[in-house]
Parts: sequence; C-alpha cells; structure tokens
Amino acid sequence: MRALFADRMRAVFVLLGSLLLLFVAWPLLRTVTASSPVVLWQTLLDEEVRNAILLTFYSSAVATVIAFVCGVPLAYLLARVDFPGKRLVEGVIDVPIVVPHSAAGIALLMTFGRRTLLGQAFGLFGLKFVSAAPGIVIAMLFVSLSFLVNAAREGFEAVDPRLERVARTLGASPWRAFWGVSFPLAWRSILSGMILMWARGLSEFGAVIILAYHPMVAPVLLYERFESFGLRYSRPVAALMILICLATFVVLRLTAGRKRGGA
Amino acid sequence: MREKPLRRFSSSLQAKSIVACQKSSRCQNHLQPSQGCGSVQVRDLGVDLKEFRLCDINLDVAEGEYFVILGPTGAGKTVLLETIAGLHRPLEGRILLAGEDITHAPPERRGIGFVYQDYALFPHLSVAGNIAFGLKLRKMGRGDIEERVAAIGRLLGIEHLFHRRPGTLSGGEAQRVALARALVVEPRLLLLDEPLSALDPETREGLQRELGRIHRELVTTTVHVTHDFEEAVALGDRIAVLREDRVGDSRREGRIVQVGTPEEIFRRPANEFVARFVGVRNIFRGEARPADDGYKLVSLDEVKIAAVTEFEGPVHVSIRPEEIVLSRKPLLSSARNAFRGRIVDISDRGTIVYITVRVPPDFVCMITRRSLEEMALGDGMGVHIAFKASAVHVF
Repeated sequence: MRALFADRMRAVFVLLGSLLLLFVAWPLLRTVTASSPVVLWQTLLDEEVRNAILLTFYSSAVATVIAFVCGVPLAYLLARVDFPGKRLVEGVIDVPIVVPHSAAGIALLMTFGRRTLLGQAFGLFGLKFVSAAPGIVIAMLFVSLSFLVNAAREGFEAVDPRLERVARTLGASPWRAFWGVSFPLAWRSILSGMILMWARGLSEFGAVIILAYHPMVAPVLLYERFESFGLRYSRPVAALMILICLATFVVLRLTAGRKRGGA
Repeated sequence: MREKPLRRFSSSLQAKSIVACQKSSRCQNHLQPSQGCGSVQVRDLGVDLKEFRLCDINLDVAEGEYFVILGPTGAGKTVLLETIAGLHRPLEGRILLAGEDITHAPPERRGIGFVYQDYALFPHLSVAGNIAFGLKLRKMGRGDIEERVAAIGRLLGIEHLFHRRPGTLSGGEAQRVALARALVVEPRLLLLDEPLSALDPETREGLQRELGRIHRELVTTTVHVTHDFEEAVALGDRIAVLREDRVGDSRREGRIVQVGTPEEIFRRPANEFVARFVGVRNIFRGEARPADDGYKLVSLDEVKIAAVTEFEGPVHVSIRPEEIVLSRKPLLSSARNAFRGRIVDISDRGTIVYITVRVPPDFVCMITRRSLEEMALGDGMGVHIAFKASAVHVF
C-alpha cells in the first residue's frame, strides 16, 4: 500500500487511475443500490423478466457449446500448425470484436433471413432464426466466439508440443494424445475462455435485437422497459442484470486465479 | 499394398543383419522377453524442416547396442532422433527397425521410447501416472500396470517419488522418471536426446553411470545424442559424429562425418572437423582399483596411474595434454605419475607443439615451441613425463 504513494508522481497516478475506477464503479453501484432488495425480488418474480434472463443464459450457453465444439479444434490448429493464410484466419476470428454489433446483426440477417438460401435450408428442419431463439444464439455466437477461440489458442500454445510427441511415442494416437495431454493441460484456459464468451453473450444487445426482438433477451427487455415506461421501471431490471453479470465475473476471476496458483 | 516391397527389401538386408545380431544373445529384455529389442538401419535419410536439413544419413545400429550420436549443440541431432521416432516426415530414405520398414509408420506403432533433455513429463499427472501412461494405452489390467510400474520404479530407484507431481522433482529425479516412462513399455529402441545435459555435474555423473547400468541390465538398443565427448566415450559402444554446416543465411545442414568406436574416433579422426571437435586429448580405458594411500590405481596397457576418484571397476580416464610435464631427465616432484617413454610424433601447431610419447600407451603432451627448441627434442628420443593424480579425470 505504501509503495503506491512512495513519491509524488505515484500519488498523482493513483489519483488519475482512481477517477477511472470510480467512473466504472459509481454508476454500477448507484444502479444496484437505487432499488431496494424487495423491489429486486419482485422484479425477479416478474415472469417476463425471469423468462428473459433464463433465455439469455440459455442462448449464450448454447452459443458457447457450439463455439466449443468448432472453436477448440480451430484454436488447436492455430496454436500448433503453420499454414498459409494463418494470419488471415486469425484476423477473421478477431473481426467480430471490431465490427459494430448492429452491423453484425444485419450481416447475419442477410445470411440466415427467411428468404436466404441458408435460412430456407434450415427452415426444412424447422429451424428459423428471425424472431426466434436460434437467431439469438447465432447473434451471440458471432459476436463472442473470438473470446473462446483466442483463450483456447493461448492455452494450447502454452502446452509444450514435446509432451504430445512423447505421448505419441508411448503409443497414443493423435486423438489420445490430444485428449490425454493437450486438452487437460489447456483446459483452464479453455474454461476461462468459455466463461468469458458466455458472459459476453449475456450482454449482447445490438446483433440480437436485429435478428430477434422477440423472444426477448434480458438486454432487449431492459431496452423495451426503458423506451415504454421510462427509467423508473427499467432500473430494477438493470440492477438485477448487473448483479448477475458481476457474479459470473467473480466466478471467472476465481478460475483464472486458480490457474495461476497451479494445479 | 506396402507389404511386398518391404519383404524384398528386408531379405536383401539379411546379410547385414547377421552382423547386427552378433549381440542378440545379450538382448534379453526381462520385462517383456517376447518383444525384445531391435537393430536400426537408417538408409540415405533426408529430412527438410524449414530452418534445418539433414542429408544422406546412414546409420547401422546393432541389436542391443548403445550408439551415441555426437555433434555440436544445434546440429539437428534432435531432428534426427525425432525423425527416427516418426515425429517428422522424412523427405527421402528409409528407416528400418528390427528389419521392418517403419519409414511411414506413425510414432505410436513404432515401439520407440523417447527421452528429452528437459524430461517432458506430463505436469498434470503424478509420477506414477506419468510412468503408467503408455501402459494404460495398451489396455493392460490394473494389476499388471501396477506391477510393471513398481518394477521399473525399483530398477531406477524412484519408488518413493510415485505420488509426487513432476513440478516438485529435481532434474535428476525428473530424468529418471522420464526414463522409467519410456522403458516401462519395453520399447524396441530407446532414443535419448541429450538426457544428461540439463543436469548439474554431480547428478550427471551419477545418472550417466545409471544409464550404463540400465543398459547392461535391459540391453535395449539405445541411440543417445549428446554434444559431450566424454559422455559419448563413457557410454557408447560406437559413436557417430554429426556435423552441421551453414547453407546460405538462415539454413543449416547436418551430415554424419564419421562412425566408429570411441577409440577410433579420437585416435583416427576422419577429418579436421572431427579432430577439432574431439580435441587432442589422452583418453584411455582401464580398470580402477583402490590403493593403500587413498588413491585409486588405474591400470592401462602396461602402466598403472594414480588418480583421485570415487569410481572403481572399468573406467575411462583422460588427461589434458597441457597437464603433462615433459623432461629429459627424471624429475623429483609432487606428481604421483611419472613414466619413461619415447617420442613417436611431434606435431607443430605454431607456438604450440603436441608431442606424442609412447610409454605405452601413447600420451600426448602439449609444450610451447620455445621449450621444444630449448630441450632439443626429436623423434625417437627417450623422455620422462609426469602428471599429478589430481590431473587425471576418471569417468
């Protein structure tokens, strides 16, 4: 603690940094404390709110599972193999972070909309994306998959490739070497990537609202309450969401902390 | 599809494998006598990684032999071993193990054990879990696995470490575990990639003797890669010297320049590179026995030299040429080793001159050109040599 104020320069830095911290913490705290616990509880009992929150959790979880199934193999390839166009692939994975999410929503609508080829193809299996839960899932998947792929890639990069080679010489097929050595060793990174992706998916608004205003996810519900009924009615919903997201964030930090502590 | 040309190829090799099998009577792998170990033939092997290339690699390792590949650090020795293990795809050439063409076999079907310099233990598994890794893949029963793990643990003296995590082990302990993990599956061939280089000198010496002992017990065909000449001499039945050349700016190229017994390599280096790499030195094989006064006496050809060492039994000794004092008359000095001999060679290297004195054996001494002139030394002249017991390195 003392080291923070060791000299005048550091004291100034502490002051400047604190302003930024306050800027984040104050509004959050203000929102959470503005509604009494009783109001929060009542909000949670509101079926519309509860359904929206559950739908958000569920959709983001499905998106995370999809990203896990396809993204972990991709992350492994990016960590282990040098191939032409690798930089391009890495760039593509990062693109969702840079494009405005409403634009991502438009792009998805143009690809998975009712009249599009893919939209109709999936329609044959009874899967529709516009104004439906699958639309929410692909919107969340699109905007948050980078987090999982990048975390998993870093996880695999940290695993010495010689461990896999030794496993191979001991009789493991490439599959067994992956599941027995690389995956368990990269698991903590993959897990924290999954949590990060899931949390990011929860908060997605821009892409979701374009593909599926209904059924309503929590951020959209919040927006609608604000537009229709004003600040007073949207406040408890906002507080509830902030609390839930903070909780997931704490879980995330705990897993990351365990990783540093060593298994 | 691949079977036919294979059989033809191996039958053409039968003549050679008779030579290779001379040692096969020694080859009794008691852990799994059914599989035994294998000779290795590497034919015209070429490997091309981006920054490194191996060309025209030809090796014949006999069944049960301890074969050392010696070369400067970074000479692609690891690449060669990894290629034999199936971890890199060769550009050309073939690799035969026990007469079977394994050039295109995946690593898991080769039955080749691999030990890396920095151990490469699985950090998420206990020591016992590391050792059992290969056995579990073989779908053995739990009882069998435990039995085998315990047996190899006893052999290497690491039973007390079984419950520990790799991260908590010392270098020597970790390397024993890596060795146990490779040996427990009874490989047909054991590849050791600089297994002693990451260890401190004391641990290294102990583990080096251990490697020799384990090889005598299991007689697994072993290819050991190192940059340390003394390590190569102490362990190797034969040595191959790998040379690296720079090709262009960023590429390097490795070739085998000489294969022979340790004596052949340092007595008759095939070329300047080998001579330089090996250095001019006095290396002898002898038998160390305790003497009365705390010294050990090592008997060489016709002489016994005093040395300070813990070792007994068959050993190698080396004496640096600059440690040997050369004189025309016997000297009264503190040096415990003094012999009379005859000059058989004078090799002029500018300001430094190497003089070979036959006692026998032949000792190479280093003196300055000025001493040569002042002492008026010449071929065939009788001289005296002396060196301290502490100048004798036993390994």
